Amino acid sequence: MNPVNYLYLAALLFTIGATGVLIRRNAIVVFMCVELMLNACNLAFVAFSRMHGNLDGQIIAFFTMVVAAAEVVVGLAIIVSLFRSRHSASVDDASLMKL
Amino acid sequence: MDNLIALLIAAPLLGAAVLLCGGRRLDAVGHWIGTALAAASFVFGVILFADLLGKNAEHRTLTQHLFSWVPVEGFQADVAFRLDQLSMTFVLLITGVGSLIHLYSVGYMEHDERRRRFFGYLNLFLAAMLLLVLADNYLLLYVGWEGVGLASYLLIGFWQHKPSAATAAKKAFLVNRVGDMGLSIAIMLMFTTFGTFAFGPVLGTHEEPGLVGGASGATLTGIALMLLLAACGKSAQVPLQSWLGDAMEGPTPVSALIHAATMVTAGVYLIVRSGALFNAAPDAQLVVTIVGAVTLLFGAIVGCAKDDIKKALAGSTMSQIGYMVLAAGLGPIGYVFAIMHLVTHGFFKAGLFLGAGSVMHGMNDEVDMRKYGGLRKYMPITFITFGLGYLAIIGFPGLSGFFSKDKIIEAAFAKGGTEGWILGGAALLGAAITAYYMTRVMLMTFFGEERWRNQPTRSPEAPSAEPAAEHQGEHAEPHPHESPRSMTVPMIVLAFGSVFAGGFFSIGDRFLHWLEPVTGHAEGNPPVSALTVTLATMAVLVVGVAIAWAQYGRRPVPVVAPRGSLLTRAARRDLLQDDFNHVVLVRGGEHLTRSLVYVDHTLVDGVVNGTAASMGGLSGRMRKLQNGFARSYAVSMFGGAAVLVAATLLMRAV
Repeated sequence: MNPVNYLYLAALLFTIGATGVLIRRNAIVVFMCVELMLNACNLAFVAFSRMHGNLDGQIIAFFTMVVAAAEVVVGLAIIVSLFRSRHSASVDDASLMKL
Repeated sequence: MDNLIALLIAAPLLGAAVLLCGGRRLDAVGHWIGTALAAASFVFGVILFADLLGKNAEHRTLTQHLFSWVPVEGFQADVAFRLDQLSMTFVLLITGVGSLIHLYSVGYMEHDERRRRFFGYLNLFLAAMLLLVLADNYLLLYVGWEGVGLASYLLIGFWQHKPSAATAAKKAFLVNRVGDMGLSIAIMLMFTTFGTFAFGPVLGTHEEPGLVGGASGATLTGIALMLLLAACGKSAQVPLQSWLGDAMEGPTPVSALIHAATMVTAGVYLIVRSGALFNAAPDAQLVVTIVGAVTLLFGAIVGCAKDDIKKALAGSTMSQIGYMVLAAGLGPIGYVFAIMHLVTHGFFKAGLFLGAGSVMHGMNDEVDMRKYGGLRKYMPITFITFGLGYLAIIGFPGLSGFFSKDKIIEAAFAKGGTEGWILGGAALLGAAITAYYMTRVMLMTFFGEERWRNQPTRSPEAPSAEPAAEHQGEHAEPHPHESPRSMTVPMIVLAFGSVFAGGFFSIGDRFLHWLEPVTGHAEGNPPVSALTVTLATMAVLVVGVAIAWAQYGRRPVPVVAPRGSLLTRAARRDLLQDDFNHVVLVRGGEHLTRSLVYVDHTLVDGVVNGTAASMGGLSGRMRKLQNGFARSYAVSMFGGAAVLVAATLLMRAV
């Protein structure tokens, strides 16, 4: 199978993720969309690794997973505490830092 | 013998140091120390004079090199002295008349508790003036020049508790600063043009012309005009004349010293000393003669209108110095006569001022001549000495002023052409006015009714109150009396000088032969004979005296001054000199500063504040971007990333 198709899929997933980050208000959904973008990148890395015949891309994908796992821990913790204090998970409600 | 030159200056300088640093311990003897050191300087001067007389006319220049003051490669300033016939004349005048004035001050300042300080300042004045005339380069001359300015400031403002005296001192100092600027610019120009400012190399001698010959006409004219500006400041010539009248606020001996022996003669000295430079700049010489002619008429007119005896004499000084400057501007025709008039003027003007001081001393320090009258019976010695000074200044035949002033008028005519007629005519007119105002002073003071009877002097509005009178009662009728011996003796000596000096100088052209090796001399081309000029001078003299007698001798003098004509009123206000200065300089300066402040506020502040305001406005708009919505930040990040990617791709494609 042509590896370029994987790149198309990655681009599609990334676009869906980015669109979700920009237009959704729910923090959990925004968070999932961020994960979607990260995994789109992972997919692209692996595809490139395959196309170029070396392992660089796969190593980076592992790194990304580790970072994403750490990010999920911190991010979910923030969202949960935000929800507890404000009873809402809307990112637009948390706009206290504006001037 | 050369080493004596420094002692000339050192003696009064030592006096100043001792008296000013000595403190109250010296109060009892301070005045005698000051007088003795001034006299010592005179003795050194006489010894050096005798030495010079014993030499050939060509070798009468003594020099003394004390030390190198500023040795910087091309810029060599030495503390060195040069004593030639010109400096010698000044040294004798300064120390001789100066010593007499010291002696006079012993009596005049007897009741002043700050007398020791006064003598310290007098000594400082002499030292500065001697340094001025003995310096052998312009920079050292400048030191003396400034020293004279300082000493005059201290002495004019000696009674500093009077606001008018303090103001007058400030005025004299400030006006002199304008002239000093001229001298410093002249020295700078000389250094850039010639590379030196020592007299020898710049001015040259008779045998070898100095560096002056090598410079362009425009530069020389510039230097000469700057020197003239300096001379105008010190010698109270138009347009820097305004300080002289106010300087009468100082004690009377100071006026005598400033007007006769020091200060105002410095300008004439500077011009005559720089003769070689002026000879090479005929345009500047013309300006010098114009300044002299204008000033001699200006001062004479002011002198006619003043009722204050000292201010009338001050106008007269301005006028007589105008004669000297006029003569100095004539070039070699006039240099010798300028100095000759300076010396004879030193005698009779010092005598007149000391006489005026003596009158004031006997009249509870009243200065208004309208409150004098008939004083000749009460002060015979003052009357006779003042009278001889009077005859000398108006140019009565046979007395000093006759010889010297007549020579200047002749020289003015000898300039030739239309200029000669105009200058000579101005000088003749000045002689007539001189006769008029001096006769007026004489008649108002010593003749006529005794207007001081039943008339308290020192009325509250009379501003010139000298502290010596303060313990004599504010409103007592004056008891005119002759002054003590220490005051009359100098007056008698000066009267002798006023009578005989001119004749002594003129017989066999002694003075001419004495000064000629330094200043040079030319006869000019007189359009009329000397006898005609002398007769004309006599005629205008008689006219002046007759008019004054008709106005002030035949009729009683009103105690309160009449309103007078427009010219009289203007002359009472010094021909509006202060109003002119106020309108042109003070107002002009105010307008200048105001417009500069306006430019500062609008333009400079505008740029600065405008930058700040536009920055503020910009950031105010920028901060709206910070709306706190995470998603809008995400859009910015996304947009930024997109731009970065686009740019990278674009650069790759190129």
